[in-house]
Amino acid sequence: MSEPQSQAPLGADPEGYAPTVARRLAFYQRAGGIVTPLMTAVVAFLMGGIVVLSTGHNPWRTYKAIFEGSGLNWFFHVGSHSIQVPFTHTHVWFLWDTNTNHTAAYNLTQTLVTTTPLILTGLAVAFAFRCGLFNIGGQGQYLMGTIVGVYIGSRFTDMSHLPHVLFALTCAALAGALWGAIAGFLKATVGAHEVITTIMLNWIAYWGGSYLFGRDGPLQNHFNKAVPISDDIVENAKLPTLWGNPHLQALHVGIFIAVGALIAFYLILNRTTLGYEVRAVGFNPEAARYGGISVARNFIIAMAISGLFAGLAGGIDILGWQFRLGVLDVQVSNIGFIGIAVALLGRNTAVGVGLAALLFGGLLTGTSTRSLDPEVFPPQLAGNLALMIQALVLLFVGADLLILYIWQARRKLRLPGTADAAKGSA
Amino acid sequence: MNAVPAQPPWLPTTRQIAIGGIVLGLFAFWLTIPPVSARSPWWPVFAGLCAIAAGIWAVTRDVRRPGWGAIAAGLVGIALGLLSTRASVSNLDQVVVWSALLSSTLVWATPLTFAAIGGMFCERSGVVNIGLEGMMLAGAFFGALGADKFNSWEMGLVCAAIAGGGFALVHAVMAIHLRADQIVSGTAINFLALGVTGYFFIQIYGENGTPGNLPRIPDVNIGFLGSVFGHLSLMIWLSFVLLIVAHITLFKTAIGLRIRSVGEHPRAADTVGISVYGTRYAAVVLSGMLAALGGAYLSIGYLGSFSENMTAGRGFIALAAVIFGNWRPFGAFAAALLFGGSTALSFRLAQPWGNASVLFQALPYVLTLIAVAGVIGRSVPPAAAGRPYVKQ
Repeated sequence: MSEPQSQAPLGADPEGYAPTVARRLAFYQRAGGIVTPLMTAVVAFLMGGIVVLSTGHNPWRTYKAIFEGSGLNWFFHVGSHSIQVPFTHTHVWFLWDTNTNHTAAYNLTQTLVTTTPLILTGLAVAFAFRCGLFNIGGQGQYLMGTIVGVYIGSRFTDMSHLPHVLFALTCAALAGALWGAIAGFLKATVGAHEVITTIMLNWIAYWGGSYLFGRDGPLQNHFNKAVPISDDIVENAKLPTLWGNPHLQALHVGIFIAVGALIAFYLILNRTTLGYEVRAVGFNPEAARYGGISVARNFIIAMAISGLFAGLAGGIDILGWQFRLGVLDVQVSNIGFIGIAVALLGRNTAVGVGLAALLFGGLLTGTSTRSLDPEVFPPQLAGNLALMIQALVLLFVGADLLILYIWQARRKLRLPGTADAAKGSA
Repeated sequence: MNAVPAQPPWLPTTRQIAIGGIVLGLFAFWLTIPPVSARSPWWPVFAGLCAIAAGIWAVTRDVRRPGWGAIAAGLVGIALGLLSTRASVSNLDQVVVWSALLSSTLVWATPLTFAAIGGMFCERSGVVNIGLEGMMLAGAFFGALGADKFNSWEMGLVCAAIAGGGFALVHAVMAIHLRADQIVSGTAINFLALGVTGYFFIQIYGENGTPGNLPRIPDVNIGFLGSVFGHLSLMIWLSFVLLIVAHITLFKTAIGLRIRSVGEHPRAADTVGISVYGTRYAAVVLSGMLAALGGAYLSIGYLGSFSENMTAGRGFIALAAVIFGNWRPFGAFAAALLFGGSTALSFRLAQPWGNASVLFQALPYVLTLIAVAGVIGRSVPPAAAGRPYVKQ
């Protein structure tokens, strides 16, 4: 029986013990296909259903209610309707009814509003992953984006609309990038592990936000000092809405920014020198270094771009629908953490992240107090069910890697002893 | 974490940091006397805490004499600083009643100590455990549930340990046999514990929350020890016992040697006949049980109730304490005391200073960030931490 990958002498190649993140990722990318992530999600939902069943609720009706709460059933209600082209008064024929007075259409707008930041925080994890870094600091970077977004949105009162929105989004993205780049810089210069530094940065952002918007904090509102919340952002800083009633949290243009970010993610990684270097470092830092690529520089840039995505998500959430930020918002938000599940389920690819974000966006909206029918299933339970399903997805993504590993090792590599090694350990 | 790069020349050495700590401790006192005469206790306390942090850091990295000097200078700096600001700040009396602050520090340090020593065993065996937070939360909920259902706090602790061990077992299977990424698996454990505890809490207790007459872990009353040490919770005493047992186990027994060898060089350990998988399973499950006991102390020891997500990041502070304490029991305990002290200060100072005191809650994370940024070459994690082992 021998080592599946390398035959390095004892202790000479510490990575030889087991596949590294990069080596796993290589398998993961090559294996392709949508079957395994789909199976992962199905199994996670099945296990969630067992929990629902064991506590005396009907899982089928529960999931149906969650699905209807997410508004994704809207796509099944086809008919002959008309749609207004955004920002004009022209109406054209459309397959679906877009009137958000109907529950399904309204719920769908809410799902898309939630999907927007999930795409971006998912990209924040995925981009760093492609460079071989595990960015679990998406939450802190997202919070920095929201804090800066609300600061610029509420304190710069006399800017005109477009410059104000662009300025606020840019600064929010840069704040996230800075927060990510700190971890990248520490990794590149002193080798501090990015997982540890990003965890610490998450909590620093958490308590920093709690201070800023708390009682007598520097960014607390000017009207009621008893409420730990920021000022509202001004009208000119709000993102334009495209679908629904702006007073009832309509879909805003942030979804286009998120989709644009998906495309940018794909183009940067696959069509630019920067992306080539990032991926090279991700697959094998030593080989990249011998090839003349600065590993340190790529660590910093990858973390900064990751943070840029997460900070942008924060800015979009503030300008798009939150409009203000309170201590409670800072403390209960977990959009950045869900980004980890989004990226891993989406296999760190642009299309995968988009689809996974839609799945989790639907799950979050479908289980929210506002969308879920309380007659069928209590929404407080459903929120926790959603957390459980996310956790199970993460767990099975881990197991999924093993399945792929064995599968790949047997099918393609056919290295002597590989199957035995896999069998012996599994 | 695998390679240890040479220390960049622009970083200070441990000895310089310790000496800096001594200077900072003296500075803490100097701030409060003329010509500066800071009237707010904020600055001397902050400078003193930083001095103590520098001291713990140095002591756990074998620069003992200057390190202890920095800890002492920090304590003296805080004490003198507070004394000299006391005269003019009228409301200081209610804040810094020493015994209250000390017992509050012990209260907040105890859950951290349990979780940190558990985390230390786990990392020493080569498995990174960022699921400590989830295991603590599981312990807090199932401890309360067990205490309620069996109507005894002992059964509460047993249930907590079983639940924490169960979550840890999931992490262990993922990390050891399935060779999953340990960070992914740990994150999943955190989410899972949050979802499971929240789900069953609402399913079982609903809007009313846990009953008010939950059996509580008793205090140990030892009259002659005075007002602070005379009435401490049983769990606080247990944490002292745990600390000593952990130190002896890890450094003086064959079991400890096995755990450390499995974490440093699993292949070598395997070669001499130590079961790498068995040792790692035991260490991970033990870490889950200890973290859960720390969580149970929060719910049925200190607060007497459970609320959703009540650990609020304490598992991550425990993780920080493991790193700050250089993967050693006494180091982790000292860091837990320091971090517990900053939590206690943040609550006790909320009265005179308002919201600004929450910044003390961020202190553990800032100090750990500085620690991991500056101490590479001196703060070395177990060599095989985070890497699965493939049996030959």
